[in-house]
Amino acid sequence: MSLLERLARKTFSKGVHPPGKKASTQAQPIRRLPFAAQLFVPLSQHLGRAAIALVRPGQEVVRGEPIARADGFLSVPIHAPATGIIQGSALIPTAQGPKTEALVLNVYAADSQRVLYGAPREVEHLAPPELISAIQASGMVGLGGAAFPTHAKLATAREKNVETLIVNGCECEPYLTTDHRLMLEWADDLLRGIRYALTASGAGRAILGIEDNKPDALASLRARLAQDERITVEAVKTKYPQGSAELLIKALLGREVPAGGRSHDVGVVVQNIATLAELGKLLPRHEGLIERVVTISGPGIKRPGNYLVPLGTPLAFVLEQVGFTGDAGEIILGGPMMGMTVASLEVPVTKAVSGILALQGAVRAGGARRVYPCITCGECLRACPMHLNPAQLGQLAARREYETMAQRFHLDTCFECGCCTYVCPANIPLIHYFRIAKSVLREKAA
Amino acid sequence: MGPRPPSLEIRSAPHLHAPLSVERIMRNVVLALLPLCAFGVYVFGLSAAVLILVVTASCLVTEHLFNRLSGRANTLSDWSATITGLLLALTLPPGLPLWMGAVAGFIAIGLGKALFGGLGFNVFNPALVGRAFAQAAFPAAITTWTAPFVEGRFVQFIPTSLTAPFMTPASATSGYGVVPLDMVSGATPLALHKFERITTDALDLLLGSTAGSLGETSALLILVCGAYLAARRMLDWRIPVAVLASAFVVAAVFYLADPRIYPDPLFMLLTGGLMLGAVFMATDMVGSPVTPLGVWLFGALIGSVTIIIRLFGGLPEGVMYAILLGNAATPLIEAVTQPRVYGETRGKKKP
Repeated sequence: MSLLERLARKTFSKGVHPPGKKASTQAQPIRRLPFAAQLFVPLSQHLGRAAIALVRPGQEVVRGEPIARADGFLSVPIHAPATGIIQGSALIPTAQGPKTEALVLNVYAADSQRVLYGAPREVEHLAPPELISAIQASGMVGLGGAAFPTHAKLATAREKNVETLIVNGCECEPYLTTDHRLMLEWADDLLRGIRYALTASGAGRAILGIEDNKPDALASLRARLAQDERITVEAVKTKYPQGSAELLIKALLGREVPAGGRSHDVGVVVQNIATLAELGKLLPRHEGLIERVVTISGPGIKRPGNYLVPLGTPLAFVLEQVGFTGDAGEIILGGPMMGMTVASLEVPVTKAVSGILALQGAVRAGGARRVYPCITCGECLRACPMHLNPAQLGQLAARREYETMAQRFHLDTCFECGCCTYVCPANIPLIHYFRIAKSVLREKAA
Repeated sequence: MGPRPPSLEIRSAPHLHAPLSVERIMRNVVLALLPLCAFGVYVFGLSAAVLILVVTASCLVTEHLFNRLSGRANTLSDWSATITGLLLALTLPPGLPLWMGAVAGFIAIGLGKALFGGLGFNVFNPALVGRAFAQAAFPAAITTWTAPFVEGRFVQFIPTSLTAPFMTPASATSGYGVVPLDMVSGATPLALHKFERITTDALDLLLGSTAGSLGETSALLILVCGAYLAARRMLDWRIPVAVLASAFVVAAVFYLADPRIYPDPLFMLLTGGLMLGAVFMATDMVGSPVTPLGVWLFGALIGSVTIIIRLFGGLPEGVMYAILLGNAATPLIEAVTQPRVYGETRGKKKP
């Protein structure tokens, strides 16, 4: 790449460059993880209302069979991740904190676990409303981590007459390489998924935004997409958090989503690579989302890689399978910049989990980093991709002036990417302060 | 099942951190100041070396004392008090009585920093608070300069250095002890120009072979040390650029109006504490704004006020007051220069 090309790369302003940490997994093909003896399938794995169970304790289910139905439009059904027998329901821990209701499935150990439910069908000729209900029936949600029901997003986009579908293949979080592998291995499914999303949303064109640290994915998709003139592939500069929808829109189209608005306000609908690849795979087979690709990595893992994990598999089983050394202080769901640590290994893999990382943690690193007072060095202002003033917000948070934070310093614009906290030389947990501020304000408003 | 369940840490994202830390920034600033100290010692000799040690020690002891009194953890390891000590010493005349240096150090940390709540809470640059105090309390001693490169400077003190505590030195040229040193009182280039209209050669100013404060004489060395910090992103280059550019512009306006009265702008840049102040004092993170536009305004304010004081004030030097004024104006500057946020629609109400 010439210097000029490097300078002309599409990107957003500010942001940070954390170490990629992708080398140990990005070259490895997706592998399948075995089935745990018992799966814990939460009824709420998505944004919106929890699904309603369709099965009774003692009932036999076939892999892929719906076991819970959507509760209204902003909800999706849940399918059985394995063939087995429903033991009942239980309250299980989540990464977020509160326990959640899950169906407990005793897996038949001897079953071949082929998906017997569902039958091939023609999808290309479905009208948009039928396509949208087919997508809802597949239980698909945003697999990038937000877990927003995909059909609802596409339906809203259609109502708002969006013109562009942006396919998010940035994968800017360190360690994670699921999207990278999917682009290489599931390219045909991905292309089908993009076409379905174009039809469902009514958008006239699709742009794939891919960070330029994945040249192999860029090259192979460019070669395949040469025939379809509605779809283009764009390289964007490798920088965190390029994978945020707002910043990808800014990088590719130069548009800013207005504060408090959504992507469709600027004529765009954004979908994750993994979401569309799964969609392209499941819809023609009339199947539901029962497993997903997860990057399992970090210093505490002996066999890091990308694994196809049945939904509902407890973390303890996953870690055992990939050779967990036990030498890790933090088990994180998602990426290291925005992911959540879990308090229990009983937490299962759900639709929103894109990564499982075993990191050293602060205790093993010799104690938490010392927190200094803010010296107003300005590093956070140079890092914040939303152009906020995190230093000022942090000082207001310390004085509990939460209203001022929201009214005068745009607290709501913060999407908690973590850049400010990542760079802060005083080690102030700014993002944590902001989360507290937001939840206090939410409680006050309620 | 597998290894014993580990003890899991619950932490808030992000779980990665960049290597930069406050302690590392401060340590690098100290590193960048050391060549200036060494050069000061080379030019002014033993007195300069001991003055640096005394002032810095005074700052460290004061910091420790206030930590003990207020029951805080030890903060000497963050190096910030060392920076204050070195910076303060660099702004003092090399022959300043050592006891005055110690008092200035105590005031710098005590009044300039500890009373505000320590690192991060001080409104003003502590070193300049100490300097301003010395200026007010010891007006004669603080304006008594020593010529550079005096013979025997490494084996003997400048006579005034060893003045007994709470005594004022008679005069810089009065001699001291059995062997009178051939010490000539040197006037600073700025004072020479202001009061006698003598201009010093620009090369001397760049290299620092003139009379002046301990660390302010070599503009070149200050720039090199500052560039090191700026390259490591531990110093905001925009501040010195704004200070120097605005000082140059304001000085140029006056110079062009009447070159016989007003010194040329390059002379203004290279003399006095402007370079040291612009690079190492105005850039003190705590007292300077963080907003992008605010940084430029802050620098421009300091640069222009410096020149105005120099040309129209009673003193030959104005950097110190200009920076203190800039520190005081920082909250105001920040308030009016908040950056435009992504997606912000100014002036438009949401429907």
